[in-house]
Amino acid sequence: MSRGARIWALHGGLIALLFALQFVLPAYHHGNLARIMVLASYAIGYNILFGYTGLLSLGHALFFAAGMYGMGLSVQHLGLSPAPALLIGIAAGAVVSLALALLALRTTGVAFMIVTLMFAQAGYLAILYFGKYTRGDEGFVIQTAERVLWGVDLSDPTNRYFAALALFAVCLLLSLRLVRRPFGRTLVAIRENEARVTMLGYDTWAHKLGAMVISGTISAAAGAFYGVLFGYVGASFAAVPYSILPLLYVLLGGAGTILGPFVGTLFMFYLIDLSSGITTAHMLIAGVVLVLLTLFAPQGLVGTLRARVFRWLP
Amino acid sequence: MDLGPYLLLATLEGSVTAAVLALTAVGLSLVFGVMRVVNIAHGEFFMLGAVLAWVLTQMITAHPALGFMVALVVAPLLVGALAVLADVTILKHLNYDPERTIVATIGLLYIIQQVTLMTYGPEARPVEAPFNTRLAIPWFEWGENGFAMYWPWGLSTTSYKLAVIGAAAVLLFCVWMMMTRTKLGLVMRATQADRDMALAFGIPVEKVYAMVFGIGAGLAAMAAVLIVPIQQAHYLMGADPLLLSFVVVIIGGLGSLPGTVVAAILIGVSDGIISVFFSPTLAKILATLLVGLVLVFRPQGLFGTRGA
Repeated sequence: MSRGARIWALHGGLIALLFALQFVLPAYHHGNLARIMVLASYAIGYNILFGYTGLLSLGHALFFAAGMYGMGLSVQHLGLSPAPALLIGIAAGAVVSLALALLALRTTGVAFMIVTLMFAQAGYLAILYFGKYTRGDEGFVIQTAERVLWGVDLSDPTNRYFAALALFAVCLLLSLRLVRRPFGRTLVAIRENEARVTMLGYDTWAHKLGAMVISGTISAAAGAFYGVLFGYVGASFAAVPYSILPLLYVLLGGAGTILGPFVGTLFMFYLIDLSSGITTAHMLIAGVVLVLLTLFAPQGLVGTLRARVFRWLP
Repeated sequence: MDLGPYLLLATLEGSVTAAVLALTAVGLSLVFGVMRVVNIAHGEFFMLGAVLAWVLTQMITAHPALGFMVALVVAPLLVGALAVLADVTILKHLNYDPERTIVATIGLLYIIQQVTLMTYGPEARPVEAPFNTRLAIPWFEWGENGFAMYWPWGLSTTSYKLAVIGAAAVLLFCVWMMMTRTKLGLVMRATQADRDMALAFGIPVEKVYAMVFGIGAGLAAMAAVLIVPIQQAHYLMGADPLLLSFVVVIIGGLGSLPGTVVAAILIGVSDGIISVFFSPTLAKILATLLVGLVLVFRPQGLFGTRGA
């Protein structure tokens, strides 16, 4: 098999496997997997900026929340149905990420990390401050009646699973296509040596801007779907831990790999799920994993596999 | 109460915040200046200082002042030792790479915070101040009978709050003396100026780094011991000092000690005033936006002269 065919077979196979799992999984894991697929989509968005472009953002919760609140507020206050509400959420993510990119891309390295962290924190605080509309920390529930998309009730577990799978498949294939095109190749080149790419005549600023908007928009789509599928919109999704989570997923799975975000989310989700049976301090696991990963496995699971065995992995 | 007394009260409360903030931020600034490490776990060292102060005052029950004095010395030492341990086991092995250390200190943040939650628990616990006399403050105003002095209701402070401001000033002076007048300070400044050259001149750079990381964490812990009789010890209390220290360090110019102190006073006092007249959330939104915008448009800080 050629490299291209192998890649399409692998990723198509994963989607087919997830489709088939729907019929065999017990209810509990079935629900978990739907959640994992939405969170993995968020991580895929994060990976485009962090893994492929080499820009470490500590503020992606801002984009996730932009999607979630863009969707939630338009359902709650404008009485829209899910389809236009989801589109508004995704558009909100695109606008917010463009605005932040225009500011934050003037900085690099550590300053970029702190700028994204600060603006995300300002966004979180703004959600608390406008508690009259957003209901602050408490959040609001999206009623079952408001979660019917084109006659399909998304609060039903089976439909929810398919919606999550659809979102995940679109994000996965989109990112796969993106990194195999010249645009994605240029992003990787920027990650490796930005000065050289500039010298070769590429507009690195425009590429980074594009990467950040795509990354933010995918994250917002994940946020908007999360709100619709699980029926809850709350400020905790905009707080710092939700900026750290995709970083954790991507680091664990492997930064700059297409499957890494999904593998990382799957492992981390079950690690936290199992540990929360033992202790309430489940973020302890996240902390330990972060430290161990930076110390011993900066390439992550899929990254290590690619370095050792499957050199053709995208 | 009129506007004037209100403003005075806000300034006083703000000065207490500023004093504690200056100590915390100088710790962060020292670590960034010398080691070029952004320590996200700094707020957790602060929190540990407060929690340890509670533990120590519970153990020493002879006299509240005695327990507090012991805490003021022992808590920073313990926290400093923990920071040295973290430096030697984690940061050293990352070669102080800026991006990887940020991720590692985020991990450290969660580890410290969650271990505290598992052992100390989710309660907020008070520590008794060694002395706490209420001091009413007079106010002067032109009234019907000409210039008169009166005592507005609610306009007061405590002797302890004034002592916190004094203690912070003394400690900051000590840090300043250490940096400019001692051999240790000289070695730190040499490492800050040029790591490789310092190494070539036989300065044990790794030991200096461990020491600086310990001192930085110790300063945060000491600030926390000072503030804990006014606030309460809680496992999530590290978030605000971390955020505000970042604001201060960035506005003051990364790695510049005098700039950090000036910015701490500015931010502390204005935070107090904005919190009294508007809402604390709005004050925090403005502070975070300020940091972001300063980093974007003036990365050397408002008072700094050279790039980070």
